[in-house]
Amino acid sequence: MEDLDDPIDGVQGRWVRLARGDGVPVPFTIDGIPARGRAGEMSIAAILAIRPDLGSLPPDRRSRAGFCLIGLCQDCWVRLEDGRRVRACTTAVEPGMAVRLDSSDESW
Amino acid sequence: MSGGPPVVIVGAGPAGMAAAATLAEAGLRPMVLDKFPGPGGQGWRAPAVGGSGPLASLDGEDARRARERFLELARSGRIDWYPETTVIDLTRERLWAVGPSGEVDSTAWSRLVLCPGAIERIVPLPGWTLPGVYTLGGAQTALKGQACALGRRIAFLGTGPLLWLAAAQHVIGGVEVAVVADTARLQGLLVSFPALLANRHRLGLGLRCVRVLRRARVPVLRGVRALAILGQGHVEGVRVTTRRREWSFACDAVATSFGLVRQLQLPDLLDVPIRFDRESESWLAEVDDAHRTAVPGVYLAGDAAGIRGATAAALTGERAALSLLEDLGRPVDAARCVRLRKQLQRHARCARALGRAFPLPSALEAEIADDTIVCRCEAVTAGALREAARAFEVDEINRAKALTRCGMGRCQGRFCGPTAARVLARARGIDLEAAGRLRTQPPIEPLPAHVRPVEGGSMA
Repeated sequence: MEDLDDPIDGVQGRWVRLARGDGVPVPFTIDGIPARGRAGEMSIAAILAIRPDLGSLPPDRRSRAGFCLIGLCQDCWVRLEDGRRVRACTTAVEPGMAVRLDSSDESW
Repeated sequence: MSGGPPVVIVGAGPAGMAAAATLAEAGLRPMVLDKFPGPGGQGWRAPAVGGSGPLASLDGEDARRARERFLELARSGRIDWYPETTVIDLTRERLWAVGPSGEVDSTAWSRLVLCPGAIERIVPLPGWTLPGVYTLGGAQTALKGQACALGRRIAFLGTGPLLWLAAAQHVIGGVEVAVVADTARLQGLLVSFPALLANRHRLGLGLRCVRVLRRARVPVLRGVRALAILGQGHVEGVRVTTRRREWSFACDAVATSFGLVRQLQLPDLLDVPIRFDRESESWLAEVDDAHRTAVPGVYLAGDAAGIRGATAAALTGERAALSLLEDLGRPVDAARCVRLRKQLQRHARCARALGRAFPLPSALEAEIADDTIVCRCEAVTAGALREAARAFEVDEINRAKALTRCGMGRCQGRFCGPTAARVLARARGIDLEAAGRLRTQPPIEPLPAHVRPVEGGSMA
């Protein structure tokens, strides 16, 4: 069976899941590519398990991967395909969530 | 309870949970709002679903019991529990919050217990804006709350008892720790040792952390004079300078903290008096021994009222709730209040000793290079801040903000504010108190543009 936690195109995730295999799988997508989170997991954990960062934000377009993880630095906002924006460290990953990290034309 | 606006508690960390339980057990039905899905706050966060074995062992007995008590009261309807709800504005009659639906809702309140907690004191190190650098609290959140490590090899840089605790927790969780580098000197710790004996529990915990790190052969450096995070585009390592030599350690993640900063936005919105404290060189909201503020019906508890650890935070939440009950004319057990006062005094002595043992390394902050970013949201460098301060003879942090955008970004100056004031004060040769602090501007957290208000407010 294909392991969705495996690196995509050789890109390694930033975070390491320590309790591998535990938790109900939650299917979602990052830039259209299928991925798998775990029930109860925040979306930042689900994304960074397979990606090195969350894309960039203005003003300097520095790539970012979260900072405080308690919902205060606002470093981890990501866009969803349904138009919503969510703070990834306080928003649980949901089945069918479609995350867009590749929207570099986006202004905050 | 019928009629009248509710008693509202903001924050469900150790203090908020204790305040809520105390009020609920006295027959009130407090409304509790917290940003996160579950109670616990940062200090007593619930472990991740599926986090088992060594990770589950990081969840303390006190923390688990407090969360279970809180959730039981919420289930039975004795606490009106609003998780995933962020307070964004507050007046003396009403508060506004964004809930899980993404709408701005509001409620009137009759009395208010504020437990907004604290965040990391950051010193901007070279390379601190690289992806892979996190606050120490972030590292703990990932480990305990998400059963994740921030990387494959983590360096712990900064100062404070939590630096050692978090590093030891990562070792226990099976994560490789590259180095623990603390700017505090061993001498300071030894001088404070007698005072630390006042809290044997915390002292014992500290010694256990040191033992765990030693057994795992984690390099430990004290009295560190300079720190730098290295890497192109992401974290590749750290450079640590001690009195004797310079060390390099390879790593792919960094957790950093130089202590904690009280979150004063909520009391500030209500004009609770806030003053500069010389000993801690930081701003604090005034509360009396019973955790009343100068604003009638408003109480402040937890780390925001004083950094004394999670156990003490819970005691302050209980104390604030008892004051509230007293003010409502309800009977309150005097012996319980005396016991709380004594316990809190002991915690305060221990906290002062820890503050002396792990001082903020002001030399490090004085030496921030001109090209180092101070404000990560707006990418404002120390050099830009110094230049504006000198060119426009700016002596006040809000003026410097207007000129440079430092503190104007997404986090609203929470992380850069304390450093920016120091850089400004030093550049102008003025007192840190005179440089002031960033004004609180509602909404105190950014809102997505799609957020809609609920007409009239439906919460209560």
